[in-house]
Amino acid sequence: MSAPESAEHRLTVLGAGVMGVSIAALASGHGIPVTLVDIDEAKLDRARTALPQQIRLAQLVGALPRDRVAGTLVTGTAVAAAAGSTAVVEAITENAEQKSKVLAEVAAVVPAGTPLITNTSAIPIAELAAAVPHPGLLIGTHFMNPAYVIRNVEVIRGPRTADSTVDAVAGLLSAVDRHPIVVRDAPGFVTSRLLHPMLNAAALVVQRGTATVEQVDALMQGCLGHATGPLRTADLIGLDNLVDSLNVLYEHTGDAGCQPCDLLLRKVRDGHLGRKSGRGFYEYGGAVA
Amino acid sequence: MTSASQALEADLTDLLERRTKIPVAPDADLFELGVVSSLFAMELVVHLESTYDIAIVGPDLVMENFRSVQAMAALVRRIQDRVGAGTGV
Ligand SMILES: NC(=O)c1ccc[n+]([C@@H]2O[C@H](COP(=O)([O-])OP(=O)(O)OC[C@H]3O[C@@H](n4cnc5c(N)ncnc54)[C@H](O)[C@@H]3O)[C@@H](O)[C@H]2O)c1
Repeated sequence: MSAPESAEHRLTVLGAGVMGVSIAALASGHGIPVTLVDIDEAKLDRARTALPQQIRLAQLVGALPRDRVAGTLVTGTAVAAAAGSTAVVEAITENAEQKSKVLAEVAAVVPAGTPLITNTSAIPIAELAAAVPHPGLLIGTHFMNPAYVIRNVEVIRGPRTADSTVDAVAGLLSAVDRHPIVVRDAPGFVTSRLLHPMLNAAALVVQRGTATVEQVDALMQGCLGHATGPLRTADLIGLDNLVDSLNVLYEHTGDAGCQPCDLLLRKVRDGHLGRKSGRGFYEYGGAVA
Repeated sequence: MTSASQALEADLTDLLERRTKIPVAPDADLFELGVVSSLFAMELVVHLESTYDIAIVGPDLVMENFRSVQAMAALVRRIQDRVGAGTGV
């Protein structure tokens, strides 16, 4: 009898924020052992509580298998914990300099040939590839939040990404029951390039007093079939991350529609980051890890 | 119905009425009423586990078991019976 698919994988996730925890839950919920690394010990504390809760919630709604023993979770504050991984997913703050630094660090501790997967929303893979010793091993996967609910994953092949890396990531995604859609490299790829300026425009509509938050979402949901409404989506993403991603898009494309509007910037300044802080465009009952 | 079952349904009805602020019949379809979301169902899981000292896992962890007060009470009894019979957890 062959070992289950999950037995081949040992995943390290860098960054224990919204996406890091969600991706760790997806992998662990499929039986894959996960090492989660963050520089902020408090984030790791929250992740250790949130991960089993997210897995159970996902099982309850049928988004994760109910017959699988969860993969073990190990946490750490140093990238050295990634030694021995079969793949690394980088999900730290959307900042090219910080991502380049952590990717170079992790490349030095993992076994030769280990794929390095960045979950960046908008930074071109080619730009990050300059920071690692073997650019062929770097690839983008754009998991969406929550990663265990959304089955499609935008996979970004950089100009130097090797075929073997694309294959390895396809194998990992199949072990976690995700469906890859492989696209080419560009600022914001497909989904962020389309979605983020729209979310910014929705915030601008509110800023100008054209309509309320609720009205914007009701119109986009009820008339245009947007599943959650743009402003509720922005809250789910995290307004700080949305602003970071818009800045990356604006720097790379010069598209004025990507320049974060004042209302977004003000909310981030006030610490109203969306669901993760308990308040953004909407109020939530307490912060959700 | 045994008094233990009645107490179980009364406890659940009480909790749901406090949280939803509407009267809840034991057989009312809570999904149709729109009062039990997946997040609230998760809270109910945690509540049932800590109140009745049971573990709701694997095939028991399905939304269908939270559709009504009766369904939740039946779930708790099933798990308690299984543990009592020495085949559980
Ligand atoms: N939020 C979304 O919906 C979403 C969706 C797709 C992709 N993304 C992308 O995923 C990445 C993570 O986003 P997020 O929303 O989880 O952000 P977040 O702000 O919630 O979390 C980022 C985490 O990274 C940690 N971190 C920062 N520098 C680090 C380092 N050097 N080493 C280890 N940890 C470090 C921070 O402490 C924080 O906990 C970003 O690139 C973002 O653009 C986000």
